[in-house]
Amino acid sequence: MFNLLFQNNPIQLLKLSAKYSFYTLLLTGLFGWGCTGTTSNSPELVAVDQISYNFHIRPILSDKCFACHGPDANKREAGLRLDTETGAFEALKENPGKFALVAGDPNASEVYHRITSEDPSEQMPPPESNLKLLDSEIELIKKWIEQGAAYEPHWAFVKPEKKQIPETSDWARNEIDHFTWKKMKEKGLEPNPEAEDYELIKRASLDLTGLPPSPEILERYQGFEGENTYEDLLNNLLSEQSFGEKLAILWLDISRYSDSYGYQDDNIRTQWPYRDWLIHAFNNNLSYDQFITWQLAGDLLPNPTKETILATAFNRNHKYTEEGGVIDEEYRIEYVLDKTNTFSTGVLGITMECAQCHDHKYDPFSQKEYFELFAFFNNSREKGFEGDVSISKPAKTPILWVEQEDLGGILDFINHSDTTKLSISVMGELDEQEARTTYILDRGVYDAPTDPVNPSTPASILEFSDDLPKNRLGLAQWATNKDNPLTARVFVNLIWQEIFGTGIVKSAGDFGMQGDLPSHPELLDWLAVDFMENGWDIKRLLKQILSSATYRQSAQITDRHLKTDPENVYLARAPRLRLPAENIQDLVLASSGLLVQKVGGPSVKPYQPDGIWEAATSGRGELAKYEQDTGESLYRRGIYNFIKLTVPPPKAIIFDASNRDRCEVGRGRTNTPLQALVMLNDPMVLEAARVLASELNDKHSDAEAAIEEAFKRILCRPMKASEASLISDYLEDQLERFESEPETIQPTLDVGEYPLREEDINPRTAALMQVIVSLYNLEETITKI
Amino acid sequence: MEKEFLEHGLSLNRRKFLSRLSLGLGSAALGSLLIPDLFSGKSEAEDAIMAALPHFAPKAKRVIYLFQNGAPSQLESFDYKPLLQKNYGMDLPESIRMGQRLTGMTAGQDKFPLVGSYYDFNQYGESRAWISSIFPYTAKVVDDICIIKSMHTEAINHDPALTFFQTGAQVGNRPSMGSWLSYGLGSENNNLPAFCVLLSRGRGNGQGVYSKLWSNGFLDATHQGVQFSNSEDPVLYLRDPHSMSRNERRKMLDHIAAMNDLSFKEFNDPAITAKVQQYEMAFRMQTAVPEITDVSKEPDSIVKLYGPDCLVPGTYAANCLLARKLSESGVRFVQLYHQGWDQHDNLPSQMAMQAKDVDQASAALITDLKQRGLLDETLVIWGGEFGRTNYCQGKITLENYGRDHHPRAFSIWMAGGGVKSGMVYGETDEFGYNITENPVHVHDFQATILHLMGIDHERLTYKHLGRRYRLTDVSGHVVKDILV
Repeated sequence: MFNLLFQNNPIQLLKLSAKYSFYTLLLTGLFGWGCTGTTSNSPELVAVDQISYNFHIRPILSDKCFACHGPDANKREAGLRLDTETGAFEALKENPGKFALVAGDPNASEVYHRITSEDPSEQMPPPESNLKLLDSEIELIKKWIEQGAAYEPHWAFVKPEKKQIPETSDWARNEIDHFTWKKMKEKGLEPNPEAEDYELIKRASLDLTGLPPSPEILERYQGFEGENTYEDLLNNLLSEQSFGEKLAILWLDISRYSDSYGYQDDNIRTQWPYRDWLIHAFNNNLSYDQFITWQLAGDLLPNPTKETILATAFNRNHKYTEEGGVIDEEYRIEYVLDKTNTFSTGVLGITMECAQCHDHKYDPFSQKEYFELFAFFNNSREKGFEGDVSISKPAKTPILWVEQEDLGGILDFINHSDTTKLSISVMGELDEQEARTTYILDRGVYDAPTDPVNPSTPASILEFSDDLPKNRLGLAQWATNKDNPLTARVFVNLIWQEIFGTGIVKSAGDFGMQGDLPSHPELLDWLAVDFMENGWDIKRLLKQILSSATYRQSAQITDRHLKTDPENVYLARAPRLRLPAENIQDLVLASSGLLVQKVGGPSVKPYQPDGIWEAATSGRGELAKYEQDTGESLYRRGIYNFIKLTVPPPKAIIFDASNRDRCEVGRGRTNTPLQALVMLNDPMVLEAARVLASELNDKHSDAEAAIEEAFKRILCRPMKASEASLISDYLEDQLERFESEPETIQPTLDVGEYPLREEDINPRTAALMQVIVSLYNLEETITKI
Repeated sequence: MEKEFLEHGLSLNRRKFLSRLSLGLGSAALGSLLIPDLFSGKSEAEDAIMAALPHFAPKAKRVIYLFQNGAPSQLESFDYKPLLQKNYGMDLPESIRMGQRLTGMTAGQDKFPLVGSYYDFNQYGESRAWISSIFPYTAKVVDDICIIKSMHTEAINHDPALTFFQTGAQVGNRPSMGSWLSYGLGSENNNLPAFCVLLSRGRGNGQGVYSKLWSNGFLDATHQGVQFSNSEDPVLYLRDPHSMSRNERRKMLDHIAAMNDLSFKEFNDPAITAKVQQYEMAFRMQTAVPEITDVSKEPDSIVKLYGPDCLVPGTYAANCLLARKLSESGVRFVQLYHQGWDQHDNLPSQMAMQAKDVDQASAALITDLKQRGLLDETLVIWGGEFGRTNYCQGKITLENYGRDHHPRAFSIWMAGGGVKSGMVYGETDEFGYNITENPVHVHDFQATILHLMGIDHERLTYKHLGRRYRLTDVSGHVVKDILV
C-alpha cells in the first residue's frame, strides 16, 4: 500500500509527511487550543478545559452527524435530531427509555455509546457513510457531555457585538492589533519587525490600486518624512482612479461578470457598462449598504435613476442559453436559481443552494425557505429563451437603453466613445396582475411545482419584518439591516481576504455550520460593527486595515513561523502572496511604460495564442474567431480583457482567475509549470521587456544605470550588491551572445506590435531585454511582499 | 538530449538550492507535473481521503475517452431496430413515448413519424453484435469491445448533457472526470500533465465544446485538463522564441534560480523553492511534449493502421495516435472531443461522413494498444452525450431525415482496462425508445470508470463550501456485469 501510494502519488505522500510533523508538534504540546479556522476538528482541541459547543462540538456534529440527524426532515434517521437542543434531549423515538444526550453522564448518553461502539450495526457514524470520528473528537464529545452538553446558537447567526478591546502592547497602532497581538501571544509568537519603507509602499500600492509604485513614488515616500507620511500615501492611493479598478475585480468574480452569454454558442453581450459602474461606485466610495441596495433593487427604489437601474445588471450577468430547442421555463428557472445563489454566497456567505433540492443538510434552512428567497428574484420580466444565436442581441429583456444624453449626464462614467445607443440586461418587475406565483420545486426541478410560497428570508438569520416590501427592495433592506448578522461580517471578511490572502473566516463563502470557524472571532465582530457604525464606508475600512501594525509587518519567515504557524493564521508576519492574474499583466505593462491608463469601456482582446477560440467553437455567432485588437487596446489593464465564458482567457485561468461561470468569493493560488511558460514566452512579457530595454538604453549610456532603473521599476526596490553582480554577469554573457550571433538580434527584438526602431537593433538592447525578461520571471516580481 | 541540458545546467549552486527542501521534496515531488502547494493547508480529513487511495487494486491505470460530441445516433450505429424500417412513417405511439419531454425543436411537431436506419446492419465477431455498415473498422474489433446499448441520461440539450457526462452535474462549476482522477491518483509521468485534452471537428453539424468541460472546478487548479493544440505550440506558451536555443534558455533559468535563491535567503519562504522547481518542470516539458507530439517517426504500419489523416495534426485520427502516445507515456486521462454529431437533418449523408472520420482511428487505437500489451491496463471509451429520437425531425423522405435528441436510451462502447470484451450489454424495446434491460445511468457509468481505476466513487470526495462533493453526486452503482 505504502509503495503503491508512493508510486502513484508522491505528492500526497509528501503532504502526509508534512502533516505528520505538524501533527507530532501538536501532540508534544507546543500548541494550546484554539480555533485555527483551518483545522477545526484537529486533535489540538483536546487540551482545552472548557468545551464550547460552537467552537468544538458543532463542527464535529455538523460534519459527521447532521447529514442524517440534522435539519433535513426527509432524510432524518430514527427521528433523531442533533442540531437542536430540544431534539437532542428528547427521549429517543425508537427507544423511549433512552436519550441521545444526558447532561453530565456520557455513559447514559446513547450518542456516546454509539460513537464508541465497535459493533457495526450500532456504530455511529455507520461504516457505510465513510465517515469516522477521530479519537480526539470522541474525547471532546465525552467531555462536553460531562460538562453538561450545553448548546449555543451558531455564532454567525448571532448579531455581532463590539467586545472589550483587549489592551495589549504599545506595538499596536490601532484596534486591530490588540486582537491579533493577543492571539500571537497565545500561540507563543512575536510580531515581525516593521517592513522596509519600500516594501510598504509597494504593498499598499498593490493592495489599493493593483499597480506597482513608480520610482518617483518610491523616492517621495522613502523614509515617510515631512508631509509624505504613510497616511498620506494611503490617502493618495485611495483617491486614484485605479483604486476602483483594483477592487472591482473582487466584485466581478462575485457577480460572475463576462462578455459573452455562455453555453455552447456563446455569443457576445454588452454588460461592460456594469463594470464601468462598479469602478465608479468604488471610486466614489458608495457606501456598502447602498452598493448592495442598488445592485439588488436599483429599479425598485422610490426614485430610480438610470444609474441605480444599471447597478441591477448584477443580477443579469449569469449565463443565458441560445441553444435552439431548449425549454423556456427550464432555463428561466435556472436563471432565478443563479440569482438566488449569487446573493446567498456573495452577500450572505451562506450555501443556500444546498436547500434547492431538499432541506439543507447542515444549516437551518428548509427547502421552503430556499424558494421563499428565490421568490424575490422570480418576478423579473425576463424569459428563458429569446431565440437562438442567429437572432442574438447584445442584451436581453428587460433592457436599459443608454442614450447620448445619459453619457453626458448621470451615466458620465460610462466610457463609450461612439454615438450608438447601448443596451444592457438589467432587472425589471412584472406588473402586479402578471406577477408569478412561486412554488417549491420538488427536487429543485423546474417542472415539479408543489406548494406556493411568498417571498421571505431564512428565519434563523433574521426575521423578515412585516414592514418591509415583499420585493427585492425589501430584501436589500433586510440584508443591510444592522441586525442582520451576516452582511457586514461577510464583506469585512472578503476585504480581509483581499489584503491578507485568507479571510478571518477561511471559507469566505460559507459562514454556516460546515464553514471554517473564525481565526479571530472578536476581531471579525469588532470590524463588522465598526464598519456599520461608520456608514459602511469601504475606503475607511481599507485604510483601517492598512494602517494597522499587523499589516505593516515584514514578510520574513522564520523557522519558528514554519513550525508553529506555517499557514500564517495568527499573522505574526505579513503574507507573501502571488498577485492575481490581472495584476500580473498590470505590473508588466506599468513597469515597462506600456500601460494605457484609460478607465472603463468595452473589453479588449490582447495577444492570445492562435486558434483557442476557433478550436472550441460551434462556428456560430460573433465570437467564433478571436479577432485580436491592435494599438492601445493591447496595453490596457487586465480587468478589461475580454472574457468569453466557454473559453476564458487562458493566461488568467493558468493564474487561477475565476472562469466566471458562477459566483466565486475567492481564488486559489497555485504554482505550476504552465505559469512559468507564460512568464517566459508570452509576447506581452517579451514585448514589454524589449520596449523597456530600448527606453533605458536611450536614457542611460551606462549599463549599470540601465539595470538599476529596470530593477527599480519591476521590483520596486533598490538592487543589492549581490543581485547587481549576478545581473551584470548575465548581461555580459548576453552581450557576448548577441555580438557573436548578430543574426539573432532582430528576431529576438521583433516581438509584439509596438514599433521596433532601426536604432534598437543592436546587441545592447537585445541583451538588456533578456535581463529584463529574467527580472519579470523572478518569484518576487509577481509576489506581494 | 534532455538529460544533457539538465546535466549541463546542474551547477553546484543550483543543485544545492534544489535540495534545500525541508520536506525532502527533491526527486519525489517531481513525480507530478503540477506540484500542488505544499503549504496550502489541506485538512486532516482530506489527507485521510488521499491516504486511502487507491481503494482496491485498479484494473485500469489510464483512460482514453473518445467523446463523440453532438450525440451520434444509436439507431445508425449499434442499436439495430428493423421494426423502425418496417413501420416507416408511422406515428410514435404514446404508449411508447410515455410523456417523455421533448426539446423545443420537435415539441411543435404534430406527428412523430418513425424512421429506420438508412444504413444496413450486420452481425460481427463471436459476440454476433449488430453494427451498421458505416463502422466497418469498429466491426473488425467487435470482440475487443463491450457495447452498452442501455445508457440513459437526464439532460435533453447538449450543454447540460455534456457537462453532466464530464462533471456529474448538468450545471455548476464542478471538476471534470479527468480532474477527479488527477486529484485522486496523481500523475505517472515526470514531464507531462496528468490530464490532457485533444479537440477535433468533423464535417457534420457541430456543437461547441468549452473549457469548463476540462475544468478543475473547486479542486486545485493543478488538476485542470491541459489542452493540446495542433498549432506550433502543442501546449500554450510552450515554445521558446525562435532565436533562443536550449542552451540559452538553460542559462536564463540558472540566472533566475540564482536570483531567486538570494530572495529565499532573505525571506525563507518555501514557495520560492517551489517556484524554482516549477521552472525546472517547465523546462523538461519543453522537450518532452514536442517529442510526444511529433508523429513523423511513426512507422508505416502505424500510419496505415490509423489512416493517412493521422499525419495531419488536429484531425481525429492524429488525436487518436497522440492519445496512444500520451497514454503510453503515463498520462492518466486523455480526453478527446470530436465535434459534428448533431444530425437534426441530413442524417444519412452527415452521419456517414462523421463515421468515416472516426471509425478507422478508433478501431486502430484498440488494435494498437492491444499489440503493445497496453489494452489491459488502458480503458478506452467511445460515445456521445445522449441518443437520438426514433422518429424524424422535420421533413421525412426515404432518402433523407433527421433525428432530435433522446435521453432515454443510447449506445456507447468501452474497451480494455478490466471491461469484458466481446460483450453487448443492455437492451431496448423494438422501437429503440425505452430500455428494457440493464439500464446504465450516467452516474453508473462514472462509478464504473472510477471502480476500474481502483476508486470507490463514494469515497473519493472533496469538501467544498460545507459539502462533500463527488463525481457521481449522490447516486451511481458500479455496473458489475461488464467487469472482467
